[in-house]
Amino acid sequence: MKQFLVFVRKEFYHVFRDRRTLLILFGLPIVQILLFGFALTTEIKNAKIVVVDYARDVASQQIITRIAASSYFSIGQSAMTYEEMYKSFREGKVKCALVFPANFNNDLLHSNKAQVQIIADASDPNTARTLTNYLTAIIGSYQDQLNATVTIPYRILPETRMLYNPEMNGSMNFIPGVIALVLMIVCTTLTSVSIVKEKEMGTMEVLLVSPFKPLYVILSKAVPYLALSLINFIIILLMGVFLLHVPIRGNIFLLFAESTLFIISCLSFGLLISGLTNSQQTAMLVSMMGMMLPTILFTGFLFPLENMPVPLQVIANIIPSKWYYSIVKAIMLKGLGFAYVWKETLILIGMTAILLTISLKRFKIRLQ
Amino acid sequence: MNSETTGKAIETTSKASETTGKAIVCKDLSKQFGDFIAVDKISFEVNSGEIYGFLGANGAGKTTAMRMLCGLSYPTGGEATVAGFNVYKQQESIKKNIGYMSQKFSLYENLSIKENIEFYGGVYGLTDQQLQQKGDELIARLGLEKEAKKMVGGLPLGWKQKLAFSVAIIHQPKIVFLDEPTGGVDPVTRRQFWDLIYEASDKGITVFVTTHYMDEAEYCNRISIMVDGRIDALDTPANLKKQYSARTMNEVFYALARGAKRAAD
Repeated sequence: MKQFLVFVRKEFYHVFRDRRTLLILFGLPIVQILLFGFALTTEIKNAKIVVVDYARDVASQQIITRIAASSYFSIGQSAMTYEEMYKSFREGKVKCALVFPANFNNDLLHSNKAQVQIIADASDPNTARTLTNYLTAIIGSYQDQLNATVTIPYRILPETRMLYNPEMNGSMNFIPGVIALVLMIVCTTLTSVSIVKEKEMGTMEVLLVSPFKPLYVILSKAVPYLALSLINFIIILLMGVFLLHVPIRGNIFLLFAESTLFIISCLSFGLLISGLTNSQQTAMLVSMMGMMLPTILFTGFLFPLENMPVPLQVIANIIPSKWYYSIVKAIMLKGLGFAYVWKETLILIGMTAILLTISLKRFKIRLQ
Repeated sequence: MNSETTGKAIETTSKASETTGKAIVCKDLSKQFGDFIAVDKISFEVNSGEIYGFLGANGAGKTTAMRMLCGLSYPTGGEATVAGFNVYKQQESIKKNIGYMSQKFSLYENLSIKENIEFYGGVYGLTDQQLQQKGDELIARLGLEKEAKKMVGGLPLGWKQKLAFSVAIIHQPKIVFLDEPTGGVDPVTRRQFWDLIYEASDKGITVFVTTHYMDEAEYCNRISIMVDGRIDALDTPANLKKQYSARTMNEVFYALARGAKRAAD
């Protein structure tokens, strides 16, 4: 046990004396949060919209006023025809349009039910989806206001099929994504690089000749990075909550437990990479390419998975961060309990077990 | 050094090595990778307290043989004991009783001299008290008192090598394996390094050393020369020179290595 502690202490010396490691460890999450939180927002402000108002009645006017008042849209011309609207789309002047049929208010008052049509420029699917949802939400809030005073509810039915970012907060969806990304990079990259560094420097050989068991070498490498990753996780959470006002609706202990599980799976992956590579640069590159890119692409936090071709959606399933991302989203944003994430948790446990087994096996083989 | 201060690991003395006076005994030791026979039935004995030079061209099989003796890989044939322990079954006991210094610099550059000593000593299970005492002794012996808290990375190469050797024997092993310890070091420093080796040998530590420098071969009590996985010569440097009617060890080495079929890597 004392040997183990001696080793862990040595690892901490390494971490705190290496600027590059410190930068990745603590600079990265902060930069990512700020970048995704403020610069790379998927939120859309002042999108150009046209309203085709065949109704020209009280209800349609009130909805239009609301749209105009929101910061998401700026209304160009109103009261156009379908033809003019399509022309604007073709010329790229507008991103989306709202069409009120004639007798909109009449339908609403007499049959308690009316329809509106939302049309969006889907050449940019993300924006289209976002705008569609903003509009739906605005119409919904108008409907709620109407219904506050009546017994039989009015229903406005917008023609919309896709749902995305219902909370209408851009930061919310990416915080779980950034958590996954940062933990992945920190754990995988730093673990693999620190082990490969020992191989490169020749110190690994000396450790293997010592009575210190190979398994302990690995464990004592993993423990400091597990601890540091958890600290990292706390930093991101704090920044998310206090800087970007993202709520933590679910059980925080469950969140920590799931994150620890994910960190272990990342550590195993780092270990696997360290077994496959012999230089720090290669290890770094493989960790970054092997983990960061798939995490960005396939978790769905930047690019919606639903829009991807089926083969890519299938590939996404083998990325641990995808499962972790949906777990964090469920716990943090939706406030769901373990009953809703046990399936994802099980998959993550399975993946971790497989990764760990392979990497430990490889480490042993290398010793022979 | 009295025996009370040495670590628990070292106290597990094996009777076999004491009675026979042999630190290493090898009989037909072989290692085969697929079709390739890296080490081909080598047999030799190293006496306790001896400085044994393990020579051979690159690719002759030195490193493979050494790895088997250090408990890093299993032989595919033959028998061997190191410090009285069997290389097949008692690798853990072997590891406790040997020290090792590789051709690559084996200390941590971003740890101070003291921290390196504490780390390696700790890995070998020395107590805090032992660490303190041995560490101070070691630093005083090398005259590094002023540098004790400095990072090892900033030291000159010669000092690093001497430090690495001293750290490799801090736990008082029975045998220390040195894999080309003086690579890239100037002759003066190399001479000083050998002073350290003699000192260790005087304390009863058996030294098993590989080298490319033939002047260093002359410093050894006995040497063996490996060619194509076999040991082609084994004797004292003086006898070998006589046997091959050579004036220097260099000539002996050339005479043997010329017959090698394996290309050096």
